Amino acid sequence: MSIFDLFRDNSKTPKSAHVAKERLKVIVAHERHQRNAPDYLPALQRDIMDVIRKYVDIGPEQLQVDINEEGNYSILEVNVNLPK
Amino acid sequence: MAKIVVITSGKGGVGKTTSSAAISMGLALRGHKTVVIDFDIGLRNLDIIMNCERRVVFDFVNVIQQEASLNQALIKDKRCDNLYILPASQTRDKDALTKEGVKKVLDDLAEQFDYIVCDSPAGIEQGAQMALYYADEAIVVTNPEVSSVRDSDRILGILQSKSFRAENNQPPVREHLLITRFDPERVARGDMLDVPDIEEILAIPLLGIIPESQAVLNASNKGMPVVLDEKSDAGQAYLDTVARFLGEDKPHRFLEAQRKGFLKRVFGG
Repeated sequence: MSIFDLFRDNSKTPKSAHVAKERLKVIVAHERHQRNAPDYLPALQRDIMDVIRKYVDIGPEQLQVDINEEGNYSILEVNVNLPK
Repeated sequence: MAKIVVITSGKGGVGKTTSSAAISMGLALRGHKTVVIDFDIGLRNLDIIMNCERRVVFDFVNVIQQEASLNQALIKDKRCDNLYILPASQTRDKDALTKEGVKKVLDDLAEQFDYIVCDSPAGIEQGAQMALYYADEAIVVTNPEVSSVRDSDRILGILQSKSFRAENNQPPVREHLLITRFDPERVARGDMLDVPDIEEILAIPLLGIIPESQAVLNASNKGMPVVLDEKSDAGQAYLDTVARFLGEDKPHRFLEAQRKGFLKRVFGG
C-alpha cells in the first residue's frame, strides 16, 4: 500500500483471493458430488438424453441428472429444460 | 513397523520433490532411518535435488525387475548416515511400476527403515497412483492458488477410494496439508488465498506452511535439501513441519508480512 493507492478506488471490486475462495468452494463441492456418484450415472444420463432426443431436440446443458442420498434411500433427480 | 509416507499433490511444480528431500532429510536428522523413493519414472529429479545424480547406477525399476538388488540401487546420503535414496529410472515408462513389484520393494525396505518417503510424480495416473497406493500417511503439497487446491482435492479423493487401505477396508490413510510458496504480503493485500481458506476447502489437518523463499532455489541449485540451510525461513519451516509430523506441538511461523521501512510504505514496492 502506498499513497498512490489511496487515489484508486478499490472498494467496489472484491479482492481476488476472495473470488478464488468462492470459485473453489463451488467447483470442489461439485467434483466431490460427482466422485461419490455411482459409476453408471454418466451412461444413464446418455440413455435418458437419447430417449428425450427422439421427441425433442435438446442440448447436453438442458438435461441434469443427479443422485442424492437421503438417509437409507437415494433419489434420482432428472431435470429437463424443454425449449419453447 | 516402517511407516510409508507419500508426498503428493496432483498438480506439478508445487514443491513435491523439494518437500520430499526436505522432509526425508529432516526425519533422518532426527535419528530415524529413512529412505526416499523417486516414483517419477522417466523423469527423475530427486537425485539432482539430493546431489547424487552422478552416483546413480541402478534404479527402482531395476530392483522391481530383479536386474539389481535393493542394496545395489540404494544410494547413501553423504551428509546424513540415516538417509538413503532410491532413484527413479530415466529410460523406462510408468507402466514399469506394478502393484506387486512396488509391494515387494516396500516390504524389503520396511525391514531396514523406519520411514519410507514416496516422492510422487505429478498427475493422477499410474505413477501417482502407485506412489500413494501403499501409503500409511499422505502429505498433500498445495500452493495457495486455485488449480493447486482443486488438484489436491482430487488426490484426496483418490487416497480415499483407490489406496490399498481404502480398497481393503483398513483405517484410512492419514492426510496432512502442507502449504508451500506461501507469501504473507500477498495474503495481506488480498491477492492470495489465506491458510484458513485452504483448510476450510480441503478439510484436512494442517501440517506446515512453507513461505515463498529464495532459500529453496538456492538449496536446489546446490543439490542440498533446504532443511540443511538452518538459518533460512524455509529450512526452519520444514524442520518445524517434521517435528509436528513426529507429534510435537509447534506454532506455525512466517505468517506475518515483513514490516516495511518508511520509504517503502510511502512510495510502495
